[in-house]
Amino acid sequence: MAKRIDVSGLSAYYGTHKAIDDISMTVEPRSVTAFIGPSGCGKSTFLRTLNRMHEVTPGGRVEGKVMLDDENLYGAGVDPVSVRRTVGMVFQRPNPFPTMSIYENVAAGIRLNGGRIRKAELDDVVEKSLQGANLWKEVKDRLNKPGAGLSGGQQQRLCIARAIAVEPQVLLMDEPCSALDPISTLAIEDLIGELKERFTIVIVTHNMQQAARVSDRTAFFNLAGVGQPGKLVEIDETARIFSNPSVQATEDYISGRFG
Amino acid sequence: MSDVTIDQPLVSDGAPPPRPVSLRQPRLPRWAPAAVAAGAIAAGCGIGLGAALSSRIQWGLIAAGLFVIVMYALAARVEGRRQATDRLATSLVWVCFLLAVVPLVSLIWETVARGIKVLDGNFLTHSMAGVLTIQPGGGVYHAIIGTLEQVGIATAIAAPVGLLTAVYLVEYGRGRLAKAVTFFVDVMTGIPSIVAGLFILSFWILMLDFGYSGFAGSMALAILMMPVVVRSTEEMLKLVPNELREASLALGVPKWRTILKVVLPTAIGGIATGVTLAIARIAGESAPIVLLVFGSQVINNNPFDGAQSSLPYYIYEQWAAGNDASYARAWAAALVLIAFVMILNLVARGIARWKAPKTGR
Amino acid sequence: MDITSSTADSSPPARPGAKPGSKAANAAKGATRPGDRIFLALSRGSGLLLLVIMAAIAAFLAVRATNALSHNEGNFFTTFEWSANATPPVFGIAVLAFGTIVSSLIAMIIAVPVAIGVALFISHYAPRRLAAPLAYVIDLLAAVPSIVYGLWGALFLVPHLGGLYSWMNDYLGWTGVFAYHDGAARSLFTIGILLAIMILPIVTSVSREVFLQAPKMHEEAALALGATRWEVIRMAVLPFGRSGVISASMLGLGRALGETMAVATVLSPSFTIGKSLLDPGGGTFAQNIASSFKESGEIGKDALIASGLVLFVLTLLVNGAARLIIARRKEYSE
Repeated sequence: MAKRIDVSGLSAYYGTHKAIDDISMTVEPRSVTAFIGPSGCGKSTFLRTLNRMHEVTPGGRVEGKVMLDDENLYGAGVDPVSVRRTVGMVFQRPNPFPTMSIYENVAAGIRLNGGRIRKAELDDVVEKSLQGANLWKEVKDRLNKPGAGLSGGQQQRLCIARAIAVEPQVLLMDEPCSALDPISTLAIEDLIGELKERFTIVIVTHNMQQAARVSDRTAFFNLAGVGQPGKLVEIDETARIFSNPSVQATEDYISGRFG
Repeated sequence: MSDVTIDQPLVSDGAPPPRPVSLRQPRLPRWAPAAVAAGAIAAGCGIGLGAALSSRIQWGLIAAGLFVIVMYALAARVEGRRQATDRLATSLVWVCFLLAVVPLVSLIWETVARGIKVLDGNFLTHSMAGVLTIQPGGGVYHAIIGTLEQVGIATAIAAPVGLLTAVYLVEYGRGRLAKAVTFFVDVMTGIPSIVAGLFILSFWILMLDFGYSGFAGSMALAILMMPVVVRSTEEMLKLVPNELREASLALGVPKWRTILKVVLPTAIGGIATGVTLAIARIAGESAPIVLLVFGSQVINNNPFDGAQSSLPYYIYEQWAAGNDASYARAWAAALVLIAFVMILNLVARGIARWKAPKTGR
Repeated sequence: MDITSSTADSSPPARPGAKPGSKAANAAKGATRPGDRIFLALSRGSGLLLLVIMAAIAAFLAVRATNALSHNEGNFFTTFEWSANATPPVFGIAVLAFGTIVSSLIAMIIAVPVAIGVALFISHYAPRRLAAPLAYVIDLLAAVPSIVYGLWGALFLVPHLGGLYSWMNDYLGWTGVFAYHDGAARSLFTIGILLAIMILPIVTSVSREVFLQAPKMHEEAALALGATRWEVIRMAVLPFGRSGVISASMLGLGRALGETMAVATVLSPSFTIGKSLLDPGGGTFAQNIASSFKESGEIGKDALIASGLVLFVLTLLVNGAARLIIARRKEYSE
């Protein structure tokens, strides 16, 4: 069910401000692609254009094409709601719905598409999703407790379970570990390794070690200058980016000379 | 649709079967809501005319109902149940908006359209002395004087008390007294104006045996105004950063001077806004005036002795007179009152913008 | 609802007496300067004055009310009559209580859903360029004096409702409650509609503020799951705003209960409880006070004060409930 993403000539705006400029890249299915770069270089903005979340921001606007296999996400007649079901997202800060229990949080996406689902079926999906997010063992005895009562790392895995429960093709992760402690981060990184068997994963991270650990391919973004839009500098095999990048700026960034 | 989702094994071994998900959903064209709205309005008017329904309100309700139903049915056929529910919610929200806007716009429109007819220089500068209520002519001068004086005195009482109370709550307030004051300020905000009027009536007029006067009305208005001033001033004082207070105290400035010279000037814009809005609120109060000021047809410049009029009271009185000439005066006075209140509101927003938060964020 | 409170709400600092208080503690102890002492006395005195006024309101109303009740030959709670100036005086609040509560309830049933809709319209549906001016206009409308609503209600709304009421009579007349026999539509139901229009701006303002404060991250979570706009609102906005809407409605209810002049202008009062809400008749506490005041002697005035005391207690209960809900919500969100 994982799909390839083909981006060509994509620019995104906030009102009149151009945030990212003319990006083209390919994201391979069933792999992890990491986006790295200094703050404000537009990597999160770019990530949000991949499931049409960018246009939710007031003034947000996109030009260019994002092909999911052979369908353009920004084509005429494409329904952004369906896009977001197909391309799931995990956010920087864990955001389980505060008024819902753990069970309801995982079931939230399925219930939306709902109709009538038998309780047993729903139970099954919830259990499998929580197992898929390595959270089942920790919460199986308290599924009806509020999701907000979990620790930060558990909440984030709950959000991952919620995202995979609707069976997306692609999973976008926007700095999913930046609000977590090292042990929880490790748990999420392990999980990403397992999830890439089933999903195309794109992860934005500030942490270069993390990019090196979890990703197969890495894309480096940079700003041309203050007030300039962010640009894609290069994208390549992670090993190559970290050992022998083809652009000087990438090497400077990775070796900690700026950013 | 859901069954498809559920039947898929979630944790799959090997290659999962590709799931046929289409990003394209059948959508209604963008112009559909507008077209349906136009159709519904036409049908509403048609039915209204055809069935000879006298009230435009019915026409509107029919059109709104048709719009909601047709949109839902269309969306359910073309786009599916979820989208239809979404459309239904959108239609209902729009209908709510129109339901709310129509009477409010009508209120303003009627007041302006009917009020402007008699509103002229003569109306603003003459009282009702010697004018029979069934005659055209006469004016609101005495009522304007009354309103200005009563509101002025009320402000002179309520603003300092409210301000000092807020200072007490924010700068000194701890312990049981502060808690009690906070609680009763809340309670006081909810007092109906007629109850405030009854209190002054029983205290000032029935017990102390003073006569009806503008001042009696002012006291009731002041009671209504105090909690509003306390609340808004409190909010503004809380916005003043603590560093400012500490910086001043560290310079050896006594606390009271710190409050007077540092805290209050920083918050003055917001405080002025709050007081102005409070004035706008009490300027339209009529219930206490009926009980305490009694109303008058002639100019009485002395708020401390004898009956006066006021703009809201004048409107009530002219409405009660019940003839075309008095209705016309009532609308004109309503227009004057609305203009007065709106100007105060605009002034308040102006002050707020002009003295915008120096606290910064 | 206005600029002052919205800026205050959105910034985190300072519950009353939190930070400033602790610092004030030291300063207050060392307040030996005459300036400090005078200033503290003045501001504390103002606070005390407010308490004294509240106590005096309750006390004075109670004293006058007791006087009236001691002369009353009827039952204050069950008598369907208001002849407070007769000898012996006979008066009871049954009709007033019924009218006040029924008209306010009608107002709530109409205004709350519409206000939620308008608040959602401004916070989530309206084009952004439209939303801010709209919010501003609604706030301005909250400032229109009630007597103007009364005038508009009596001279514009009432004539326009007759047709609607005949229509309701045709289809719903069999219920009795919605029966309508021709005549001016100066009934409790009309009052309910007018009160709904009057409290709409305030309920909308407060609800809008709450909806705007709903955390963006939960809305985004719902969007990312493929929720439609309505589903986002149902999952992430309404649950968050529920208690805020309830307290906004209670504030609106408090206003509706105590509204005087608009009711006095529109209602055609009578001391009966009619079967139909559409036919003229009935009365409310505040309206009765304003309408009967000028023809009242001493006992008559005291009787009105007694009914005012009941209204006072009623609004206290409603406002107290609203504050309680707000306080709970603060605890919950902190």
